Amino acid sequence: MTGVRTLNMSQAINEALREEMARDAKVIILGEDVGQFGGAFQVTKKLLDEFGAERVRDTPLSEAAIIGCAVGAALMGYRPVAEIQYSDFVACGFDQLVNQAAKIHLMSGGKACVPMVVRLPIGAREHGAQHDQSPEAWFMHTPGLKVVIPSTPYDAKGLLKTAIRDPNPVVFCEHKVLYGTQSVGGRGLPDQAVDSIDPGYQVPEEDYQIPFGQASIKRNGKDLTIVATALMVQRALRAAEVLAAEGIEVEVFDPRTLVPFDQEALIASIQKTHRLLIVTEETLTASSSAEIAAIVAQDAFDWLDAPIVRLGTPDIPLPFAPTIQEAIIPNVERILFTARDLVEKRI
Amino acid sequence: MDLSTLDRFTLNNLLVIMLRIRLFEEALFRAFMTEKMPGTMHQTTGQEAIAAGISQVLQSGDVMTSTHRGHGHAIAKGVSLNQMMAEMYARTTGVSAGMGGSMHMFDLDRGFLGTTGVVGAGLPIAVGAALALKLDGKANIAVAFFGEGAANQGAVHEALNMAAVWKLPVLFVCENNHYAVSTGFERSFAIERVAERAPGYGMPGLTVDGNDVLAVYTAADQAVTRARNGEGPYFLECITYRHKGHSRFEPASYRSKDELETWLKKDPIERYKQLLASEGIFSDEELQGIGEKVRDEIQQALEYAHHSPLVEAGPALALAFRKPVGER
Repeated sequence: MTGVRTLNMSQAINEALREEMARDAKVIILGEDVGQFGGAFQVTKKLLDEFGAERVRDTPLSEAAIIGCAVGAALMGYRPVAEIQYSDFVACGFDQLVNQAAKIHLMSGGKACVPMVVRLPIGAREHGAQHDQSPEAWFMHTPGLKVVIPSTPYDAKGLLKTAIRDPNPVVFCEHKVLYGTQSVGGRGLPDQAVDSIDPGYQVPEEDYQIPFGQASIKRNGKDLTIVATALMVQRALRAAEVLAAEGIEVEVFDPRTLVPFDQEALIASIQKTHRLLIVTEETLTASSSAEIAAIVAQDAFDWLDAPIVRLGTPDIPLPFAPTIQEAIIPNVERILFTARDLVEKRI
Repeated sequence: MDLSTLDRFTLNNLLVIMLRIRLFEEALFRAFMTEKMPGTMHQTTGQEAIAAGISQVLQSGDVMTSTHRGHGHAIAKGVSLNQMMAEMYARTTGVSAGMGGSMHMFDLDRGFLGTTGVVGAGLPIAVGAALALKLDGKANIAVAFFGEGAANQGAVHEALNMAAVWKLPVLFVCENNHYAVSTGFERSFAIERVAERAPGYGMPGLTVDGNDVLAVYTAADQAVTRARNGEGPYFLECITYRHKGHSRFEPASYRSKDELETWLKKDPIERYKQLLASEGIFSDEELQGIGEKVRDEIQQALEYAHHSPLVEAGPALALAFRKPVGER
């Protein structure tokens, strides 16, 4: 492969945006500080210089207007990409996303569609309960929205291109730690996940798309399937490395898109490993992991040799304190001992 | 007002559109009373002059967002009465294929970007549509209807500000009918007129008699000229009154009989018909003929709806998403 570079996720998403904007004049960017400032996480860096202020639009601090404006432009044939500075703030524009964007296709009898992407920086970074959430399940519960959650720069680029070209509203969840950048004015990230050896960070210059509903097996194994999303994929891979030395072969399954979900591939993996551990950063109740567990319990029950186990963050608003975040967000150690318990039949 | 400056065609249209709205909704009301019409509706009876007045300043390519009380807006934008009636009856031939009902009518071919069930939600969408028109380099505009109740929604504040900052071609039309369901204007506002807020956003605001179709038309004409010239949005408040309750059979017992009587005397259609007759624009026979013709249109729409098939669950299950090109 020619033109393969090591990129972090911020750079990979930036490249996808640049290529899509160059390819299609209808792609525009809306958001707070996305222009000269380059976005809070530098994801839209320098796009203003290349495409101008008409297409890379700094907005007032108005999430309802940002998302609603994207809906209106999408109805008129544009393909807006709206950046919400932190996923938590999407709550301020919730109606436009869940009642308008998500429902217009059905409500219009299929006559109108809303091709737009809402980019949401998710995940904990020691900022506290209003900046650190992983709210992807909010959107899984809203029919009409597709939900994407990449774990590597390679996937992020290919998935974002698919998202921009999709005729439906897509919620694109980007884990802030995986960006590999620090926020402007911020310090280094607590969990530097950029790993130049990981093939997921090798991103080709060429145009490629990753289809929705197609999971990625990040590591093959026969003893246990670990389903993980976003940053937890990286932690599951590190745990798998340790477990391999102990003779436990873990399959790391990254769904990449929660809606649509690659049920077929997951069931195939369970048929091979007969054990399932689901690790996401979300608070546990009614999370994506609950939905995934329900799918497997219903459709692959006979293949299971052990109960389905979920790891997540306990059901509390997440405090900013590093001591607390380290103690309660799933980490490599917790994945390790839970995986051992599952494989060695202590659960 | 000097009617001689207006052409007979426009004067006729203003009346026809008001009558279509009035008679369409009267037919709906009868259907709710006498048949099993599904769902609900919010009648705009008494407010018809606003949609009609605005309609005559619009051009092909202009777009519109509406409200939960939106039949009048759709009719004013030229959405087919047949398809609207079929939508009310949940028929496959409805304007939203029977999937939307009263509060979710969409007709993109006619620039009608939808009635909506969430108060105030149409305004940010109109702003986005206006942005698209501007980026396309068109001289078209977006019209956003909303009630005075919606004016207190955060999304409306955000939309007004964004439209003003970006100088977008939006005509914001506030239909002030004095009541947000049961809550009267003075209980929701500490100001006299909603349009007083417009200068705070950096756009002109004007309040007109919303029951005077010519006053609405004249004000809208100025406002859209400004928007088409790239001078930015405009806020037009139209003072009016809904003759009926908030929805279907809601009796509006929170209003006094005297108040209702006063406003019934200001009925925009009767007022306009009297004006047309007294100015000798149309004879009584001509006015009667116009009414008969609209009555026939409504009858035809009812028949169209009744002869159309009911929607079924199967197709609905496939409608959450649009299929991407090339996907099986």
